[in-house]
Amino acid sequence: MTTHYLVLSALLFAIGAVGVLVRRNAIVVFMCVELMLNACNLAFVTFARQHGNLDGQIIAFFVMVVAAAEVVVGLAIIVTIFRTRRSASVDDANLLKY
Amino acid sequence: MEPAEKIIQHAGGVIGVSWLMIALPLLGAAILLLGGRRTDRWGHLLGVAMSLASFVVAVLAFVELIGLPEAQRRRGVELFQFIPGMVDMGVLIDPLSISFALLITGVGSLIHIYSIGYMSHDPARRRFFAYLNLFVAAMLLLVLADNYVGLYVGWEGVGLASYLLIGFWQQKPSAATAAQKAFIVNRVGDFGLAIGIFVIWTTFGSVAYGPVFGAAGGADQGVLTVIGLLLLLGACGKSAQVPLQSWLLDAMEGPTPVSALIHAATMVTAGVYLVVRSGAIFELAPTAQLVVTIVGVVTLLAGAIIGTAKDDIKKGLAGSTMSQIGYMMLAAGLGPAGYAFAIAHLITHGFFKANLFLGAGSIMHAMNDEVDMRKYGGLRKFLPVTFATFFIGYLAIIGFPLLSGYFTKDGIIETAMHHSAILGWLAVVGAGITGFYMSRMVFMTFFGEKRWADDAHPHESPAVMTWPLIILSVGSIFLGGYLILGNTFMQFLAPAVGRPAELPVFHFFSVPGLATLALVAVGAAFAWMKYGRAQVPVVAPRGSFLTTFARRDLYGDAINESLFMRPGQWATRFAVFFDNRGIDGLVNGLAAMIGGTSGRLRRIQTGFARSYALSILFGAAVVAGALLLVGNL
Amino acid sequence: MPWLSTLIAVPVLGAVGVALLPKGNDKLAKQLALVVSLVVLALTLVMAVQFSPRGTRFQFDETYEWIPRFGVHFGLAVDGIALVLIVLSAVLVPIVVLASWHDADGTGADAPPKRSVKTYFALLLVLEAMMIGVFAATDIFLFYVFFEAMLIPMYFMIGSYGGAQRSYAAVKFLLYSLFGGLLMLVAVIGLYVIAEKNTFMFPELIGAITDPTTQKWLFAGFFIAFAVKAPLWPFHTWLPDAAAQAPAGAAVLLVGVLDKVGTYGMLRFCLELFPDAAKFFTPLVLVLAVVGIVYGAIVAIGQTDMKRLIAYTSISHFGFIALGVFAMSQNAATGATLYMVNHGFSTGALFLIAGFLIYRRGSNYIADYGGVQKVAPILAGTFLVAGLSGLALPGLSSFVSEFMVLIGSFQTYPVPATIATAGVVLAAIYILWMYKRVANGPTTEAVAGMKDLNGREKWVIAPLIALIIALGFYPKPLLDVINPAVDKTLANVTVTEFTPAVPVADQKGAGE
Repeated sequence: MTTHYLVLSALLFAIGAVGVLVRRNAIVVFMCVELMLNACNLAFVTFARQHGNLDGQIIAFFVMVVAAAEVVVGLAIIVTIFRTRRSASVDDANLLKY
Repeated sequence: MEPAEKIIQHAGGVIGVSWLMIALPLLGAAILLLGGRRTDRWGHLLGVAMSLASFVVAVLAFVELIGLPEAQRRRGVELFQFIPGMVDMGVLIDPLSISFALLITGVGSLIHIYSIGYMSHDPARRRFFAYLNLFVAAMLLLVLADNYVGLYVGWEGVGLASYLLIGFWQQKPSAATAAQKAFIVNRVGDFGLAIGIFVIWTTFGSVAYGPVFGAAGGADQGVLTVIGLLLLLGACGKSAQVPLQSWLLDAMEGPTPVSALIHAATMVTAGVYLVVRSGAIFELAPTAQLVVTIVGVVTLLAGAIIGTAKDDIKKGLAGSTMSQIGYMMLAAGLGPAGYAFAIAHLITHGFFKANLFLGAGSIMHAMNDEVDMRKYGGLRKFLPVTFATFFIGYLAIIGFPLLSGYFTKDGIIETAMHHSAILGWLAVVGAGITGFYMSRMVFMTFFGEKRWADDAHPHESPAVMTWPLIILSVGSIFLGGYLILGNTFMQFLAPAVGRPAELPVFHFFSVPGLATLALVAVGAAFAWMKYGRAQVPVVAPRGSFLTTFARRDLYGDAINESLFMRPGQWATRFAVFFDNRGIDGLVNGLAAMIGGTSGRLRRIQTGFARSYALSILFGAAVVAGALLLVGNL
Repeated sequence: MPWLSTLIAVPVLGAVGVALLPKGNDKLAKQLALVVSLVVLALTLVMAVQFSPRGTRFQFDETYEWIPRFGVHFGLAVDGIALVLIVLSAVLVPIVVLASWHDADGTGADAPPKRSVKTYFALLLVLEAMMIGVFAATDIFLFYVFFEAMLIPMYFMIGSYGGAQRSYAAVKFLLYSLFGGLLMLVAVIGLYVIAEKNTFMFPELIGAITDPTTQKWLFAGFFIAFAVKAPLWPFHTWLPDAAAQAPAGAAVLLVGVLDKVGTYGMLRFCLELFPDAAKFFTPLVLVLAVVGIVYGAIVAIGQTDMKRLIAYTSISHFGFIALGVFAMSQNAATGATLYMVNHGFSTGALFLIAGFLIYRRGSNYIADYGGVQKVAPILAGTFLVAGLSGLALPGLSSFVSEFMVLIGSFQTYPVPATIATAGVVLAAIYILWMYKRVANGPTTEAVAGMKDLNGREKWVIAPLIALIIALGFYPKPLLDVINPAVDKTLANVTVTEFTPAVPVADQKGAGE
């Protein structure tokens, strides 16, 4: 029964990962990361159900809190970059190197 | 041969405080060096006073010693523990050491007095006297110490004093170089002496003379030979014997009183002292003794040959010193029969050679420090006292009958002849050459026409310089006969060095003696023909191959240069290069390699977020795959 | 009275005090540093007088628990060997403070940009605390902590106050030492784990490791750290750079004391903790030592920079010390310990006088000098005395130690000792040649106006020269302290009993 949820979780994770790798727009990349996080949440909740304890659910809450915090900071950075450079492409922001 | 007497511990009396002989001049040196310019005015007087005080102590100790019965004439005085468990510093007063002490302080004091006049115009006279006092102290430590380490301390101490005094006019590059050369060549000898002491310590477990000589009989002959040869190497360095002779001629860069005191009368004879003192070891190692005699003969000939070709009066005398020490070394290698002659010749040589050197100094003083004999000539009228004393010294050194050198040198030749005819005849030949080069020196300097530069105004030296000359010439006349006739000196020395089975008798008309006189006469006559009667050219003629050979010190410097200096320079240059490029290059290369690698690795940080994402994915996949793989195993 | 922790605390507090002084009080900072270092010297001497050489091995023992979980203690105590080295440090620091009076001022020819003067003197005091701590530590972990912590003040002294290439030299010094130190850390941990005694206290760890292979590995870890520190050939190339770039005072402490930690560590830890491995590695160490003696001397002859030359002479001297430590003979080890002290004084004096010369002339290069004797006779005279002590002239302190090392090594290993003795000839060449080029000959124009030593500088040099001469004639006070300590150190090592082939009948003056 839980297998379906896990497969769905894996699919969502894979879609998110591919999105992170192939999309240039920072907002989309960001959304894909969120998708991966939520795929993980789904897996956690599924395992919680399967094992009959609450550990996975607690972790899922943690993930949500972290994700929310991350969205705040991440979006702020993206907006600032967009304002200064008129571009939200992750490939254009490559100064932090070597 | 009878063995030497045992050392008896002594307390009280003058002998009990004989360490004052060393301490007083040392104190003088300390005061003069630390006092600085404040002591300039009276510094030289203090120096003389300390030296004379030391002489007085030596005389009193000598009187006390001869007051003792003969069997008790080796007195030890304990001073302090130098290296606990290894070296107890003490003083040994016996006939051998007291003879040296008298020579050092006696002749030393005369030379101190002479230097007051000789150095009167030098602004650094105080420093000169400080160094002279330092020398006297170190030399006395060398001969008075009752163990090899004490001797070594004095040994290097006189080396230091010699270094300081040769380089006294250090602003002259040649003087500074000569000083450095003397010290370094001496250090080569000291290397041998040091190893010799190490072998003595490991063999006997002691470095004190008494115990070591007492136990020498039980040691392996091979070990004793090694010790003997190593000590001989030390002696060669200090006494300018072949092959470590090359420093002595350069050492003449020092002020003339220094040449007289250190490089003629006392320090250079330390090697002879060492060999005679270590007689108990050498007598049990015939091979080492043989080498000593060979070194002695080679040096006495080499020095004499060098002396024949020098135009510099001091270098001529230096060659002569080498040669005379060669005689002493030869005698020192002949066992108890030779010791007394070696030391007697050493003492008379101390007198007449100091006399000659100081005479040379007096001439230089008169001639604006000119040393080239080709620019002298006819000086006997202008320097009558100097001439008279120099001439006495000359007669003494060539062995003119009844003067000091006659008795002592003849004793050596007779003993050598008795031992081995070859050694004896070579020594006779050496005496003949001595006759030639010393006559040459006298003729070139005092006879013939004047050849001086126009600005030279020769004048007799002041009394403070001539009186020491006169006293030394008196010694040069009578001392030899007093010491040798009736074996006075041999009997006196016996408690320290033993005496031969049968005492020698001095023959006035023996074959070697007459042959020596004949050869000396031939040499002197030859010199008269070339330098007395004939005109002496002011510029040295080119001369034959042999002349060049002698002028260039038998190519001693050339040999040293090509054998040691050049390869040494190459080794140094290579080592510096190896250190900078090899070892340090390896280290810096390693650092550069790590730096380069990380420089290349950092290129992976492209700045593209998506490529990082890819590598994260890749890494995650690898970890997941690895987990699966491990889980399935 | 807790002597040793007081000796560590006083300079630390002094350093804090100096560092906290308000800006612009440079002179006060110097004076305070001098007073603190003199107080430490006085305390050290009072302590040293109370030391009883024939008493128990470790005296003034203080042990406090530090990290009980791992058996780490703050353990301090001294035996004769550590005591003389602590005295050496305590004597040198005030001299260095006085000598460095203007080193940090940023005047002089190519001096580094102006730096904080008070920091320099605070660092000196911190360094003093570390040096005393490292010799006094009886806990191996504590020893390691001091061993590494010492690097930090020295790193800043070289890197901030040194010559033109100071940062290269400082980094090289730090990396080299860290490399050795980390190897030692591994060995320290290994020792702790394998010994299974749950303690780092040195006395309890003696004899704890018996397996020969383990001993060899742990020995190697300790030895390489000490060989880098000492430094032994071929780990030596950091020293010439560091010593040449460091200000003269720092160079004195670097070569005079810090490097002694290496040879001290060999004697204390390598020999006693791993006696079998020490025996096994002896031939190798002797080869390194002898190569170092000859090689250091030859390279020294070829140097053109005065401070580098002195640094290379030290490499040669450290070869002598290592030879003495590993010759497995009482005389040699005693000589080596004495050598550590004497070398501190004589090389210290050489570095300081070289520093005075360089301060006046503004150049490290020997070729830029000439005829100093004529214009500055006292400066040249002290230079000569210090140099002669460096070439081990009898009557000066180094002679006694060098002689003991050589004669002691000759008892057990005659061939290396003979080759090492050749080093004395080379020593004469490098010292006298340097002296000749600097002080003799005609006075060059650039040197002509050189001033002789001033009052402060005379006070710096006089105690060193006095010690060099006094210990040269009468080394007994030091030897009496060192001898029993070395005896106990070697008790755990198989030392070949020295028996002369033909022992003298009369044992007077020959005793063992």
